[in-house]
Order: sequence, then structure tokens, then C-alpha cells
Amino acid sequence: MAHIKLANVTKKFGSHAALDDLSLEIADGEFFVLLGPTGAGKTTTLRLIAGLERPDAGTIEIGGQDVRQWSAAERDVALVFQYYSLYPRYTVRQNLAFPLKSRVRNYSPAEIDDRIARAAKTLRIEHLLERKTDRLSGGEMQRVSIGRAIVRDPRAFLMDEPLSNLDAKLREALRAELKELQLKLRGTFLFVTHDQIEAMSMGDKVGVLNQGKIVQVGTPHEIYSRPKNTFVASFVGSPTMNLIPAEMSGGRLVAMSGKLQLPAPHQNGRGTVTIGIRSEDIRVGPQEPLDARVHDIENHGVERIVTLRVEDQAFRATVPAALALTIDTSVKFGFNVEKLHCFDAESGANLAFS
Amino acid sequence: MAEIVLRDIEKYFGAAYVVRKLNLTIRHQEFVVLLGPSGCGKTTTLRAIAGLEEIDAGDILIDGAPVQQFEAGDRDIAFVFQLFALYPHLTAYENIAFPLRATRESRTSVDAKVRQVARSLQIEHLLNRRPAALAGGDMQRVAIGRALVRRPKAMLMDEPIGALDAKLREEMRTELKRLHLENGSTTVYVTHDQVEAMSLADRIAIMNDGVLQQVGTPDDVYHHPSNLFVAQFVGSPVMNIAPAVLASEGDATRVVLGDGPCAFEFPAQLARRIAETAAASSGLTLGIRPEGVLISLAEAPGHVPVDAHLIEPLGAYDIVDLKIGPQLVRARTPSGFVARAGDRVWARLDPAQTHFFDTKTGNSLQTRSGDGAH
Repeated sequence: MAHIKLANVTKKFGSHAALDDLSLEIADGEFFVLLGPTGAGKTTTLRLIAGLERPDAGTIEIGGQDVRQWSAAERDVALVFQYYSLYPRYTVRQNLAFPLKSRVRNYSPAEIDDRIARAAKTLRIEHLLERKTDRLSGGEMQRVSIGRAIVRDPRAFLMDEPLSNLDAKLREALRAELKELQLKLRGTFLFVTHDQIEAMSMGDKVGVLNQGKIVQVGTPHEIYSRPKNTFVASFVGSPTMNLIPAEMSGGRLVAMSGKLQLPAPHQNGRGTVTIGIRSEDIRVGPQEPLDARVHDIENHGVERIVTLRVEDQAFRATVPAALALTIDTSVKFGFNVEKLHCFDAESGANLAFS
Repeated sequence: MAEIVLRDIEKYFGAAYVVRKLNLTIRHQEFVVLLGPSGCGKTTTLRAIAGLEEIDAGDILIDGAPVQQFEAGDRDIAFVFQLFALYPHLTAYENIAFPLRATRESRTSVDAKVRQVARSLQIEHLLNRRPAALAGGDMQRVAIGRALVRRPKAMLMDEPIGALDAKLREEMRTELKRLHLENGSTTVYVTHDQVEAMSLADRIAIMNDGVLQQVGTPDDVYHHPSNLFVAQFVGSPVMNIAPAVLASEGDATRVVLGDGPCAFEFPAQLARRIAETAAASSGLTLGIRPEGVLISLAEAPGHVPVDAHLIEPLGAYDIVDLKIGPQLVRARTPSGFVARAGDRVWARLDPAQTHFFDTKTGNSLQTRSGDGAH
């Protein structure tokens, strides 16, 4: 397996810069998730590494070697896409054998059988080997696509939203399977997604991409608990982090027409700022200090997400399912001030980093 | 007033039997969500209510009167689709006013109605824009405005926010709910997203393969699923299920999952209650949601030692995959509770949150306290 490094990569489509001076490192054996909204440049990054696109500027290294002049085949990375792209008239076995029959590889028939058997066992598709791929369910097809990637020992696995077309239950199951597969193979995985739950649950590292630029790279915990700016803060986590305009002066934050007054988490910044607080860091209960109206209650089974209102400001709190609340009544709430973030109102930058 | 009654509805597409003897009453001012996977018949049912699809058998009654002979336009029902279907050459204002233009309403009355709807949807500032200049969420607000402006008896919505991004969906959910509270139109809403169903519905009707599986409040379907399909379709992460074998032992029932190496302790009466059911002979499936799997970091009475196989940190909490013999069981813990994948922990299944199903039929045995109470 190999280490991947992109340095100052720019890629333009016409006058539009899909990637703008992007630098990124993926360690050998790391599960790296590239997370961002549609059009952020995630797929372009992946295609550049695979050799399906050429950068306009910057370098791309795989395993310490500059691969810019290498063809896609020479780069020896395996790709898995959202759409399965299997050969429909072939059996699963024939589909898995395909990448091994390339002339550059020269595997003996016995070795090919052995590799197919191992991949099929890992992915639990042994019972499907003789079946044609058009007779498979979505989850089975995606397992076969992954199987086609792992039958050979590529230097890295590049996956472009491979779980997006599957239903929720299957997606959950495959999330765990992919993570397990990566641990077993000790492979370098680059996984592209717009789904923050996939990123959080699978990534050793998550790189958040927006408008062709890397905004933050960190462990899921870092990204979630120390977001670099309001973009990361609101893209990661569900429900979305509450962002509330406030005034900062003399070490205090004042918001909601003075109804909310809090000690500032640090001394950085002053004037108009944006307070960030996650729904689980707002407490609701009779012993809390502040007053709000219940605007909405969402039942999420294990817990409820309530929208509270103070004046014109709405914000969400996560409460235990057992807490009795009624829409359009008053409640008391409070903030867990240790979990408070403070962002620059204009740039959105987290002031704790400045 | 608008009460919608579906009585023994059947629908075929060629040989495909897509809605099977469906019975459902949607009460006046109620918000009912039809929930199910793609192809389960939920959209066909909705289209039948709207009059966009003819049914092969059964009756559809609105306020007690059969409506099958009425055209869609005469049923006084508004429809909102996933795709916005706005007139591109008209402004947001004219799009909303459109359904009123055909009537003989005065200009001032139309204007007042459009502005009132726009205010409740917070799109007053966008009224002069054409659809092309609107963001996805605003387009859908305009589409909803157009549906609401006539004050229809009932609103039918087919995945109205399915095409929006996650953050906008969250916002729109709250708005739709408030709108329903304020307007009080009887609403039937179709989605495949259980989070939407749980958050929005007064009652959820869950469908699979054309068959209505269960109708109940969000709490009902979450805490008392009537069968394995409902149990695993509602809730995220998905409810853990595993084949289970029971044995009575002194004053406890011991439950083994799969061919697992260890037994979980349950109250003695469990074995007796299960013995009374038909499933005692045909096989049992245990179901438990991740929050019902309780983890201790130290040995504790009633807990069995297991390995934390994988940890999925989801920010506010973690999902820990436990390996129990051949079974993978997911537990929900506070964030960072289990430090590392591979750690040894001790687990217990909360009897009050454990479901048992007949493996053959998939039906719940209703052995939980509170099961079968409705």
C-alpha cells in the first residue's frame, strides 16, 4: 500500500477552477474521507489521483513517486464508483477475474482462482460466484464492485460515493464492512462522500472540501468538536450546529436582544460575532436559567429534537425522549458554556484558532 | 372538514399487485405519513387519493362521500411533488396566484391571499423573482405556497423535500410542521425517509410490498413495532436482530444469540410468556435497538464480556459494534465512552427494550411491557 500526496494542485474546467491550490496527504494504510457538498471538487480530486484527469498545476505523488506522467493503469489504484459498472452478462466470478486477466499482470489460472476465492470470502459473496450480475441486489452488486477492486493488490483504493445508491439499512451494514475490510487489508483508502455520517463513522481522517479548497483536515472528533469555521461547523453534525449572532465585549457575549448573556470562551475577537453551539449542548429543564418558547418537537425515537425560540431566534436542542414538552408553551433552557464556539461574523473563522 | 377513508383499496399495474387491500383512515386535520421503501405502493396510494390514478377495487371517501367518479381537479385536494413543477416564465407571485386566477376572485382578494401565504412561508421578499433565480428550498416553498393558497381540504405531498440537501431538509421539516399546525389541512405525506416520518407525523402508516404493515404514532412504531420489517425500517442505526435460544435457569431466563458463546440474563417470566406463543416451536428472533444494549467498562453483575470490534464516532454519540460470537451487535454510547476499537467491555441487554419476533412470520410476540396495549 502507498502514501498519497497532492501538493498545490489546481485543476480548471474552462475558466472555472474545480480545485484551487489544493494540498493533501494520505498516510499509508489510512482511511481518508474527503467530505463536501456537490461541486466541491471531491470527484475531481479522486480522478486526478487515479490518472483520469491531468492537473493544470501542482504535483501528485503515490508511494513517493511523481505520477503525473503515468497512465491510469500504471498508477495501479483501484476505483469503486457509485454506479456499479459490472459486466451484466458475466457471472460474478468472471467479473472478479477480469482485472486479473490483464496482460500486464500475468497471473496463473490457479492464482486467479485463489485470489477470487479470497476476495469472495472477505466480502461474503462466495455463494454468488456463479450468478450473473443482473440477478444481484444493489448491495450484492456493490460488494462485487468492491471485490473487483480487491482481487489484485492495488496501491490504493479510491471510492466515489459507493454507498449512495443503497437503502439506509444496507448503507449502515456496508459502512461497517468497508471499515473492517480496510483494517484487514491495511489499505490506503480514499473515500469520497457528501454524507457527514459516512465521513464521521468511517474515516481515520476527514478532509472537508468546499469550492475546490480544503477547509480542514482532522480526525472525526477534531472536525466535530473544533470546527475551523462555520462551514465545517454546519456541514458536520446533525442537527446542524446552532449559529446565533451575538455581540462580544468585555469577555461577555450578548445575544437574542440581551436575553442571552454568556461568558466568552476566550478573549479573541470583539464586536459582532457568531456563537456556535450544538443541539446536545443545550439543556432543557425547570432548573435551567433562561426562557424560551417551544416552536417544534421532532420525535427521533431515542431522543427528541426541539426547536426553541427566543424573540426571532430559533435554535435546536436534543432532549431525552422521556422529557414531556408541548408545542407553543414556555420552557427553561441553558447552554453548556464549555462547548460554546465563537466565530468571526464576517469570515466565519473560528476565533479560537486566531 | 376533511376526513379521508381508504377502504379495501387494490391496484394492479399489469400483473403487478402494487396495493393490496389497503385500509386506512386519515382523520380531520391529521398529518399522516406513508412510509416505505421504493416500490412499496406508497406513491400509488397517494396518487389514488389525488385522483391521478384509478383503483381496481375498493373505495376512497372524502368526508364520507366516495370520490372515485370525480376528476383530480374536482376533489379539492392540493398536491406537492418532489420536483417543483413551477411555471418558469411566471414570477413566484404569479405561480402562487395561479390556482386563484381561474376562479372569479377579485384582484385584491387574490393579492391578500398570496401575501398571506408568502408571509407564512417567509418568501415575501422573493415574490418578484422567477423560479430560475430561486434556490431549491425557496422553489419548494413557492410550490407549497401554490398548493396552500386555495385552502384545499387536504394536502398530499410526495417526497416534497427529498431533493434538497441535508441542512435544508432539516429546516423545511420544521417549517412544514408549523405550517400544518397553523393551516390545519388534513395532510398525507409520502417518504422513504424514516427520520422525516418520525419527525413530522401524527401517525405513520408503514407499507411494504403493497401491504400496510402498521399504523401508529411515531412512539408506537418505534417502541412497539408489530413485525421485523417495521422494527428494522424505523430507527437509525437499524435495530439489531439475531436468532435467539431461550433456556430457563433457576429464577432467570438465559438468552443465547446465534451460536454465541455467552448467555444474557432476562427475568424468569420471559421464558413462560414466550412458551405460550406459537413461536416457541418455530424459532425466535431477538431485536434490540442500539440504545438498549448497555455497556460497562468494568465487570458487572449480569453483564457478559465482549469485544468492541469497531467504533463509529457520530459526534454527539458513538455507535460501538460488539462482536458476540458470530453476531455483530451495535450499542449506542456517549461520545468517547469506549476508548479504542478492540477493547474488552461488558454488555447487557435491557429486558425492557428487548423485542422477540416469530422467526417464521416476522411478527412481534408482544412480550415487552406495554406491547399490545393499543
